[in-house]
Amino acid sequence: MIDQKELRELEAKCIQECPPTCTAACPVHVDVKAMLVEIGRGDFTAALKIYRKAVPFPRIISRLCDQPCKDVCKRGEVGDEIAIRDLERACVEFGDTSSEKPRPLPKRKGHVAIVGGGISGITAAYEAARKGYAVTIFETGSVLGGSLWQIDKDFLPAWVIERDLEVMTTLGIEIRLNTPISGDIRELRREYEAVYLAVGAQIEEKFDLERDEHGFIKVDPVTFETSAAGIFAGGGMRWGKEMHSSITSISEGRRAAISIDRHLQHVSLTASRDNEGSYTSCLYTNLEGIEPLPVITESDGWRYNQDEAAQEAKRCLQCECMECVKVCEYLKHYERYPRRYVREIYNNLSIVKGTRYANTFINSCSLCGLCGEICPEDLDMGEVNLRARREMVKQKRMPASAFDFALRDMAFSNSDHFAFSRNRPGTDTSDYVLFPGCQLCASSPQHVESAYEYLNARLVDSHVGLMLGCCGAPAHWAGEEALFNQTIDRWRSDLYAMGDPMVILPCSSCYQVFKTTLPDVKIVSLWEVYEQYGLPEYAQPVSRTVAIHDPCSARRERPVQDSVRRIAEQLGCTIEELPLSREKTVCCSYGGHMWLANPQVAEKTIRRRVDEHPADYLTYCAMCRDFFSNQGKRTLHLLDLIYGEPTDDRAARHSPGWSQRHENRARLKRKLLTTIWGETMNGSQTYEAIRLIVSDEVRARLEQRLILTEDIQRVIEYAERTKRRLQNPESGRFLAYFKPTTVTYWVEYQPQTDGYVIFNAYSHRMEVPGSGES
Amino acid sequence: MTDVEIPSTSPWMCGNCNLPLEVASVDVGYMGNAFPVKLWKCPQCGLVFIPEDLALGKMVDVEKQLEDK
Repeated sequence: MIDQKELRELEAKCIQECPPTCTAACPVHVDVKAMLVEIGRGDFTAALKIYRKAVPFPRIISRLCDQPCKDVCKRGEVGDEIAIRDLERACVEFGDTSSEKPRPLPKRKGHVAIVGGGISGITAAYEAARKGYAVTIFETGSVLGGSLWQIDKDFLPAWVIERDLEVMTTLGIEIRLNTPISGDIRELRREYEAVYLAVGAQIEEKFDLERDEHGFIKVDPVTFETSAAGIFAGGGMRWGKEMHSSITSISEGRRAAISIDRHLQHVSLTASRDNEGSYTSCLYTNLEGIEPLPVITESDGWRYNQDEAAQEAKRCLQCECMECVKVCEYLKHYERYPRRYVREIYNNLSIVKGTRYANTFINSCSLCGLCGEICPEDLDMGEVNLRARREMVKQKRMPASAFDFALRDMAFSNSDHFAFSRNRPGTDTSDYVLFPGCQLCASSPQHVESAYEYLNARLVDSHVGLMLGCCGAPAHWAGEEALFNQTIDRWRSDLYAMGDPMVILPCSSCYQVFKTTLPDVKIVSLWEVYEQYGLPEYAQPVSRTVAIHDPCSARRERPVQDSVRRIAEQLGCTIEELPLSREKTVCCSYGGHMWLANPQVAEKTIRRRVDEHPADYLTYCAMCRDFFSNQGKRTLHLLDLIYGEPTDDRAARHSPGWSQRHENRARLKRKLLTTIWGETMNGSQTYEAIRLIVSDEVRARLEQRLILTEDIQRVIEYAERTKRRLQNPESGRFLAYFKPTTVTYWVEYQPQTDGYVIFNAYSHRMEVPGSGES
Repeated sequence: MTDVEIPSTSPWMCGNCNLPLEVASVDVGYMGNAFPVKLWKCPQCGLVFIPEDLALGKMVDVEKQLEDK
């Protein structure tokens, strides 16, 4: 089970919600992205509202700000940085300021003294007054604003300062001008519950407080508290004359006001105060493919008009990460990103009573690992989803229908219909064993025969055995750990009995299963064997261009990927690389049972992949090949290149249906057992002899509904034996239902001399009376 | 499940008992839950008729709801 701590660690790995670099660098964290969206729309009032949330004196600061945001603006790496301050100025110019009256909180107990009416002092006063405290400002001079009045009047006219400072009166702040404060500040503190010192860099007064090594008043960098409790200090007096930053003064005034509030409320001054000032954002933004754009210049050489401001704002990249979402149709489909997803998964697993809305989400992931490969912080949603599935199985909360079809397919593969392990006839141990897996045998059984023949001919001094079956990956993907371990144990003990041969694997999923769960078993991909021992004479180079699609389970297998490419070249291929290949390859939707849990997402996934390149695709996974070709994409399996007849257009072939896949596996076993080992297979079930007559249209419907030939045979066998069936008196057709295990199948049929014509079939999992013994 | 609409006539009769089906309350169950549903049923042997649209529509919805509970 994922606990709270781990959840937070996973959430923290997803950086999508980290503020953009500009906002993080801004000492008051102006929400630049949102503000620029509004400006881009021409809504300067909405933009101004966003700006004012962070900046209490917008007219002044939009002229003065020293723009720490600009240095870190990502747009600067592809063109010029965004002119953020000029856009802020445009907000003030064009936004409606009539609704800008601040709304203070209800009055609260506590009187705050602010010493110094400069920008930092008035910010602290403004913030404290808004929080409901009585505030008195002590200013030596005859006006508020301090050093603001020394700035060139063309740049900062008096009316701008006056207009912005009107808010001080509106908030009912008491302003005592011409009132210098000096000496032991504790005197003043006796009259006020809190004091903020912000006398600027010009005044040398130290108020009898402790100093640091540079002679400045010693101040806690987070709380701005001095050596005396309840007395705070900030702004220019803290940094001296060398540095001047109005936005930092504002930031410190505001942060001191937070401390003052906490001091007056008798709560911790230090708790949860990360990232209050300027900091470096953890957000990653990919700049690849972004066209560099120069800054928009003011046509009057002075300031933006509305159109220019909107144009400039539209240059903003609206920085975000979304790297994984960009490459994954599944993550995209649910319209959020991993930080949100892991929270939803956690909630889903924690529900005791109620609906688990994230079940389908969890079960739709292909577990392919691409997101983890792409993520700047290596967050792999596949790992999270797999753990969630295991947990659901453990809690007995996994929907019964979720992976049932795939698990039954696996059960078929590991039943006597298909599975067997044999040493070569006349030997009692093997040096090598071919383990072709389930779906290659289902899709291209003849290639498996050829490959086995090749191995025996080429590895002439070695004994090559054969193991048919399913490696267990479907159980692994379904979160069925017990079934998976049981399957793996079987292969382990079969291999042991065969003398621990090296396992030769064409399928990358089998390869991963063996590699990760049976590390003591020696494995090699069939492709590496072909490369090492040479292709069969039969294989003739044909000149063609192919785009290689690496299976997702071969993502981290560089040597395998390389072998495949070299073999393809030997076979006459000119290779094109897809935009996402090798370690960044994409799943075909078979992985993790995505195709079964969410056909809609699966279709989007396949569509996107097959549209990436016009060339025929070449892959080395049977399911990738079949899923792509079923979507109309010409796709070859590497074995098609090696063993396909030159006249046979293997790239265009549709995949066999699910029933045929069973049939192909069963036939392969029967054929190999007979021809190589001289054995016959034990008797088959009665129903298997029932001959079905099915039109293409009905067959397609059965395929889509995942109803297999054997399911239909069982219904008919049951109905004909028990006579429990409905009949349409007009057409004479029968309708019968039967539940062999967990699903009830309905079949509409008519007997004929040479078999049964099937008109329709459907199924459900709910149980109804009369569905027969199972 | 109780609000299921079934066709007013059934094209099927019981092929076993040779009797027309009748509308009756039938218990349909899933994951330990049972719901009485009005369905066409053989009055003698109890064989029922689940129409295709019921199996592929309402039944799937209810199965999913119960599985996600």
